[in-house]
Amino acid sequence: VKQSTAVPFWRDVRVLTALSQVAFVLLVIVAGSFLLGNLSTAMRQRGLASGFDFVNLESGFEIGEGLISYRPSDTYGRAIAVGLLNTLLVSVLGIALSTVLGVIVGVARLSSNWLVSCMAAVYVEIIRNTPLLVQLIFIYFGVFLALPPVADSLEFSGIAFASRRGLFLPRPMPSATFDLWLALIGVGVAAALIVWFVLSRRPATRRTYWPVGLALAVLLLAVAGGWFLVGSPPLTWEVPVKERYNFAGGIPMSPEFSAVLFGLVLYTAGFIAEVVRGGIQAVRPGQVEAARALGLDEPRILQLVIFPQAMRVIVPPLTSQYLNLAKNSSLAIAIGFPDVFSVGSTVANQTGQPVPVIVLIMATYLAMSLITSLLMNLYNRHVQVLEK
Amino acid sequence: MKAIPLALTALLVVAIGISGCTSVTPAPTPPAAQPTKPPAAPTAAPAASAPVGGRLALVKSRGKLICGINNAQPGFGFLDKTSGELVGFDIDFCRAVAVAVLGDAKAVEFRPLNTAQRGPALQTGEIDVLIRNTTWTSTRDTSWGLFAPTTFYDGQSMLIRKTLNAKTLKDLKGATICVQSGTTTELNLTDRMREAGVDFKPVVFQDADPTYSAYEEGRCDAVTSDMSQLVSRKSVFKVPGDHVIMDLVMSKEPLGPEVPLGDDAWFNVVKWVIFITFQTEESGITSKNVDEMLKSTNPDTRRLLGVEGELNKGLGLEKDWVVKVVKAVGNYGEIYDRNLGPNTAVSVPRGVNKPWTQGGLLYAPPYR
Repeated sequence: VKQSTAVPFWRDVRVLTALSQVAFVLLVIVAGSFLLGNLSTAMRQRGLASGFDFVNLESGFEIGEGLISYRPSDTYGRAIAVGLLNTLLVSVLGIALSTVLGVIVGVARLSSNWLVSCMAAVYVEIIRNTPLLVQLIFIYFGVFLALPPVADSLEFSGIAFASRRGLFLPRPMPSATFDLWLALIGVGVAAALIVWFVLSRRPATRRTYWPVGLALAVLLLAVAGGWFLVGSPPLTWEVPVKERYNFAGGIPMSPEFSAVLFGLVLYTAGFIAEVVRGGIQAVRPGQVEAARALGLDEPRILQLVIFPQAMRVIVPPLTSQYLNLAKNSSLAIAIGFPDVFSVGSTVANQTGQPVPVIVLIMATYLAMSLITSLLMNLYNRHVQVLEK
Repeated sequence: MKAIPLALTALLVVAIGISGCTSVTPAPTPPAAQPTKPPAAPTAAPAASAPVGGRLALVKSRGKLICGINNAQPGFGFLDKTSGELVGFDIDFCRAVAVAVLGDAKAVEFRPLNTAQRGPALQTGEIDVLIRNTTWTSTRDTSWGLFAPTTFYDGQSMLIRKTLNAKTLKDLKGATICVQSGTTTELNLTDRMREAGVDFKPVVFQDADPTYSAYEEGRCDAVTSDMSQLVSRKSVFKVPGDHVIMDLVMSKEPLGPEVPLGDDAWFNVVKWVIFITFQTEESGITSKNVDEMLKSTNPDTRRLLGVEGELNKGLGLEKDWVVKVVKAVGNYGEIYDRNLGPNTAVSVPRGVNKPWTQGGLLYAPPYR
């Protein structure tokens, strides 16, 4: 006992651990303040005033597409907001579509059908082993700009059109009976919830009905039945009309937007497919055998045994893929899609203030990524709780 | 589609830089990483590279001029297919500065920059001079660098397909227009269209190659830029005859060299190299007759060529620097004819880019 108290502090592991942590934090602070100091000195020397006053100035440039109205007489701040919404649109749609495609391809790779699994494998290997930028440029110039000119647009039943000016889809417009229809759907949702609640509360021995399936059937009945019940159709379609230069009306999807979206979805789905495959294969074969021995049918095995266990493995790398997709959307600048990075670099050029603009863009991507991670981590915790 | 392989390469390099994956390939254009983080790397460099002797001393000690250029504009800066070297109007002015300072037309390191990279490259002092069809504006004069005399007086116009049959901006109502970002043309386009009360859709690209490829592929009804660039780009289209430049001038575009702020001596050197090319044309001194001219009795010519006086001292250059410049690249007229003259593929009429004595705008102050 006496010997242990005699150990000098520089040989005490606890002290050393604490000291090394303090030293590391100090080092980070010193390095960080050196870099920041260097930055502000250099900017002052070159007359690059930092500050964000420019966001309230009139931008004076036009942006090709956006979700909110924007005029050149609006501010730089609004221009960046237009870009940000474009980035968010591509990211959200991209994440949803790539998840669907990725899961399908991932499951297909495990299919016992030789052709299906081979096709999935070829897709994954081609997509994963070529750079995204090359794919984006190929899709933009080689697919969307290789469509026919506006005059000979491809026509789909006279309601949707594809040309090198973009894809034009019909847009649903609510008619007079739309509100009534919406009310009927509301009733349907309530009924479906009741059905699901009642069925899933039945004693285990009598739980032979599919609670979710039956609830969905009720909902579908409400939607479809309501459509005819209200008399005239609650939705009419606004069909794109050809004008001198291009189509107008409908839902326009510019070639830039389409190329970015398709490119990101195809690319990310390749990685998600591998994540899904890895997750499914991480479930031990014994689990499936045990489930079969209990007499569960194949869909039930997937739903009750494989899926819950695979999700624990899938979700963390899936989060990374979502984050990658959002960040990769900045490559849109190469093919002229006005995302936040593209608009930001125009702003940086027009104002001559690259540093504040880049800081703003970095903060934007950081915020987006952190929110995505937060949501995915919450979901991850929910999935992990299933472990006993 | 001729430009596609080039576009691919250029875009790749740029976007790799932008995406920060610098470890993937050693990017041939070092400033490629600039747009993402301009301040970090170069901050230490200019502090050390703005030494007591200034940039002139720096260039001399380095033995090489770093010139920011455009490598994708036939006639102004383009890779010559036979020699494999950069040639063009802007390139020749880079060489003229290199000859004046270092006595060697080959002592230039060319840095290809896109429109977004050029400003930061000047601000950080990474290049000695930017000669890259850059329009002189007050914002750029105060935030990027100082403009030396204009070497090419240009104006913005619109390139369209002949079949479009548009005469004025009003005819372009609802049209899609391709434009390059980070340019004065992007702003002028919006200004003129607002003035005319015409709605349009811009498609904005970061680089020139995809801008013109997208137009040629029919993504846009029109593409807008400086007249010289439109002429130059039109010359390499698949069928140049299908396209026409609209008969309208949307802006003043004085294009000229730019040097980093805060170095008067270096600014003077670049300024006077340009003026000398004007003056030698005005005085009838060419690369062919410069040796004879050395024997001239005209005091102006003798001063200009350094036979008399020591005007070179104020600029910090060699006594015979003008002779060397004229021998290496020629006077303004020779530079123009070699790159943009009637015998070239580009062939841009000289317009106002003539000496003032012939009714043009090129006017050099007295060299004395």
